[in-house]
Amino acid sequence: MTDSTLPSKAPVASRDDESEGMSYLESLPRRVVTLYLPLFVILVVLLFPFYWMALTSIKPDEQLIDMNKFNPFWVVHPTFKHISKLLFETQYPRWLWNTMYVAVGATTLSIIASVLAAYAIVRLRFKGADTVGVLIFFAYLVPPSILFIPLASVIQAYGLFDSPLALILVYPTLLIPFSTWLLMGYFKTIPYELEECALIDGASRWQILTRIIVPLAIPGMISAFIFSFTLCWNEFIYALTFLQSTPNKTVPVAIVNEFVDGDIYKWGSLMAGALVGSLPLVILYAFFVEHYVSAMTGAVKE
Amino acid sequence: MTTFQTSVRVQPAGVDTPSLWARLRTNRNWVALWFMLPAAAFLILFLAYPLGLGVWMSFTDERIGRRGIFIGLENYQWLWDDSIFWLSVFNTLLYTIVASAIKFAIGLYLALLLNRHMPFKAMIRSIVLIPFIVPTVLSAIAFWWIYDSQFSIISWSLIKLGLIDHNINFLGDSSWARGSVIFANIWRGVPFVAITLLAGLQTVSPSLYEAATLDGATNWQRFRFITYPLLTPIIAVVMTFSVLFTFTDFQLIWALTRGGPVNATHLMATLSYQRGIISGRLGEGAAIATAMIPFLVAAIAISWFGMQRRKWQQGSNND
Repeated sequence: MTDSTLPSKAPVASRDDESEGMSYLESLPRRVVTLYLPLFVILVVLLFPFYWMALTSIKPDEQLIDMNKFNPFWVVHPTFKHISKLLFETQYPRWLWNTMYVAVGATTLSIIASVLAAYAIVRLRFKGADTVGVLIFFAYLVPPSILFIPLASVIQAYGLFDSPLALILVYPTLLIPFSTWLLMGYFKTIPYELEECALIDGASRWQILTRIIVPLAIPGMISAFIFSFTLCWNEFIYALTFLQSTPNKTVPVAIVNEFVDGDIYKWGSLMAGALVGSLPLVILYAFFVEHYVSAMTGAVKE
Repeated sequence: MTTFQTSVRVQPAGVDTPSLWARLRTNRNWVALWFMLPAAAFLILFLAYPLGLGVWMSFTDERIGRRGIFIGLENYQWLWDDSIFWLSVFNTLLYTIVASAIKFAIGLYLALLLNRHMPFKAMIRSIVLIPFIVPTVLSAIAFWWIYDSQFSIISWSLIKLGLIDHNINFLGDSSWARGSVIFANIWRGVPFVAITLLAGLQTVSPSLYEAATLDGATNWQRFRFITYPLLTPIIAVVMTFSVLFTFTDFQLIWALTRGGPVNATHLMATLSYQRGIISGRLGEGAAIATAMIPFLVAAIAISWFGMQRRKWQQGSNND
């Protein structure tokens, strides 16, 4: 099931972005109509909500509600009022911190558990390793939407209700299956010979893992980390169910619950909140595009 | 313990027969048990156990703050006669089928576009994925503003273009609301489908297309007889995930409409949240969630079939 990772990556690398293929056979007008125009339309649709989000967050209120005097697609006197209101008059920094804390905590726990599990499944070849691999794949397919009600009562029973710690403990169930599956693919590409040499030199399994496998699998672990971090940041239903008090909320939950009042002037701060909440992920993504894409496609291809 | 002592007594030197501890330390199954322990603990405590508990709760009348007693199929009988539940099932199927089909069509089209040679290829590919990495709720909030009944930019543009004469009530009218949430879902899902299918397309050797062109194949024939068959396995997997996540979607609906207007956009997940958590009838909420499981099993079975087929195509039998 996972055996295609290696061979399938080779042709990609060899013909990467430089290959022209048969595209020289096409004339320019034809390319404009069949390629650039549709691509441009799709990109505009995909990016418009972000443009709109950013524009609204720096637009003064009177321009937001008067669409006849001011062209809504542009802003005349941009203001940072909404963003400063968000950062200094609400608990937004606190929510950002909660989100970050939960995401880093849950991701770290998951990566540690996944590295150990993936190593055991791929290299220790214990009895029933294949079955465990399949079970973990199934765990990946269990959605939060059918688990949040029983989990709420489990969390209540453990006395973790309304605590970010509950999320740190629950999110790994979303992340471990994915990361384990991804890391299994990476571990399979590491030659057995390295491990055999280490075993002959008297290394224990633990030493092999920490000194040989982990350093070689760093790119895979970065991919798993970035993707898991994004998933944590994005998670909504558990955070909505388990967290009650305002200061404990994460950004997505707080935005939906705390800003929504009847005020027609709410839009500026709402959009500023959405923008500021998205930026950390977009920046992280900009630095690790390759890792992110390989995590996403890797998990699907396996 | 006894084995340990025995072995020590028989072989005092302890060189030829390693102690129990030494043997355990090198026993794969024993070592693997410890390696698997953290992951297994998380998955059993917070995934497998709640999954079973959820099914059990669906047979009880549990409420928030009160333990339930077993009431058999009463929750399900109640739901069977509940028109809102059936409306949510209908909505979920409509949402999943329409959104997935369009996501697949546009995603595949976008993947084919992105696979062609063009300037700034890498950059365009990274930009395409942005809707997928931004948290769903935050982009849904942006859509909420775009769909606003008074200040919608879409209504404004259409009025200025002279196509309509009054604002469209995007989230207030049943049909518009359904269309609007489906559009937002497609918007978010297309990048995922496109980028994963693109990864599949990149593994197709260009020489196949060159050979087919020499043989006089048209564009459509090249797609139908080269691209599509080679892409089928990855399409199966991607679409299973897409269907699975669309079917169990919660956050987009919750941020945009909370199931309204008049339950027109209630999905099974949102109805389950409303009945289970907000109204406090945990048993009934769990029953709605459990009713989603058969659909999920069907989706997983399809995924499994797709992957088996891929293994067969590659002719490999390891793992």
